[in-house]
Amino acid sequence: MPPEISVRIDGEDVRVRGDCSVAAALRQAGYAATRLAHDGSRRAACCGMGICFECRVQIDGRERLACLTPVAAGMEIWRDA
Amino acid sequence: MRELRSEVLVLGAGPAGIAAAVSAERAGARALLVDMQAEPGGQIWRGQWNKATDSTARRWLSALRASPVEGRYGLRLVDVPAPGEFVFDGADGPLRVHCERAVIAAGARERLLPFPGWTLPGVFGAGGLQVLAKNGWPVAGKRIVVAGSGPLLLAAAASLRSLGAQIVLIAEQSGWRDLAAFGSGLLGTPHKVVQAAGLWRKLIGVPYRTGSWVTQALGDNEVRSVIVRRGRQIVQLDCDALAVGYGLVPNTEIARALGCELRDGAVWVDMHQHTSVPGVYCAGEGTGIGGIDQALVQGEIAGCAAAGRAELAATAQRRRRGSERFAAHLRRHFGLRAELRSLAQDDTVLCRCENVAFGAAKACSSMRDARLQTRLGMGHCQARVCGAACEFLFGWGAATPRPPLAPAGLSCFNLSTSAENPQEPT
Repeated sequence: MPPEISVRIDGEDVRVRGDCSVAAALRQAGYAATRLAHDGSRRAACCGMGICFECRVQIDGRERLACLTPVAAGMEIWRDA
Repeated sequence: MRELRSEVLVLGAGPAGIAAAVSAERAGARALLVDMQAEPGGQIWRGQWNKATDSTARRWLSALRASPVEGRYGLRLVDVPAPGEFVFDGADGPLRVHCERAVIAAGARERLLPFPGWTLPGVFGAGGLQVLAKNGWPVAGKRIVVAGSGPLLLAAAASLRSLGAQIVLIAEQSGWRDLAAFGSGLLGTPHKVVQAAGLWRKLIGVPYRTGSWVTQALGDNEVRSVIVRRGRQIVQLDCDALAVGYGLVPNTEIARALGCELRDGAVWVDMHQHTSVPGVYCAGEGTGIGGIDQALVQGEIAGCAAAGRAELAATAQRRRRGSERFAAHLRRHFGLRAELRSLAQDDTVLCRCENVAFGAAKACSSMRDARLQTRLGMGHCQARVCGAACEFLFGWGAATPRPPLAPAGLSCFNLSTSAENPQEPT
């Protein structure tokens, strides 16, 4: 197994695989959704390639697409869900 | 703003872009290769940069490593303020590139069609889940339904299975007659037959149904089951994920923003991959879906031509015709059935970003009308998802893209002049 790293998701410290995307890290940590739609329904990564923008999250203070961003130790990730 | 100059700018680092950049350098030009992913490879060679298992990927990625091509990754094109000027945004802020010639190699995306439940977490594009899984999305032990249309379904299912997923069903909307014709047509391209045979071997024991499609995804916070229709037969299957894509569509936003002419939804190019705009070339899926062979051949041609040495691509020109035959063959046999137009109900979300319902959209007359009346296509993705769906559902052409081409920080735009001289008429 690849080495694990620590990141903060919604203020909680979690351990995830160090060789994956932020989208995959969120799912590994048990978070199914990345954001809420206007009607309050849950949304999550869908296209996997930076097209649909459903996986957008705040990463170290900037809105970024979780599917295009490699996870890194110490990252601070906030979902909108 | 950070600035860079280059003779040839290549937009997109998939097979076409890599071939274009490497070929441009070989032909004597300085090339800059930019991609929104964190590393080169595009979708098909995702994850191959550090661990190439595919021999073609290994060959081209080593060629890229050995070449003086300058690579900048994790950057997304957000504006094209003037000819030869491109503004990108990334984690380290914006970058402005000045170039003499540009090669667009922006690839393709999946066509996603709306149906009840398609916005649930756990519903992905078919290639979408495949690339997510390549980047660590956990699929081992998960029950997955793969559905939609085209050869990508087999590749996605084989790849997910090799990562430990249990493929519950592959539902292909095309009928078996079309598939048989597609299969026999491949006999003219033997290496495609070998590829297909390899995929089938990896899928032994997986149920494959033709003339079948998903009509609904069910679940509260995540998908739990799907309803699959085959003729009059309707079955409900429990699953942990649904990977559903209806073929690929060329990414044409950049070309359209630059004013390039399109034909049949793809960028028009001449035999040197030159578009209708001087100094702008296009290679790969953007010129029409044709797969990796076409992408590599066109990339080589575009790279040489953009370097001003079109004659160096003579052997690639000869390979071009074979790749075009395959592309035409693909289009002929994976047409979408009319029933897929009536999956969405009036209250089904069509524009995922702005939550515009199918019922509200169908009352409109065009993409532009729907934008004005309902905000359809005006959210984060800028109609990248619903645009291709509306084209199939209502026959609407794409609306003209306007900058920013993607959400970007204000630092990407030269706003200082107008702010300093508010009275100055413009």
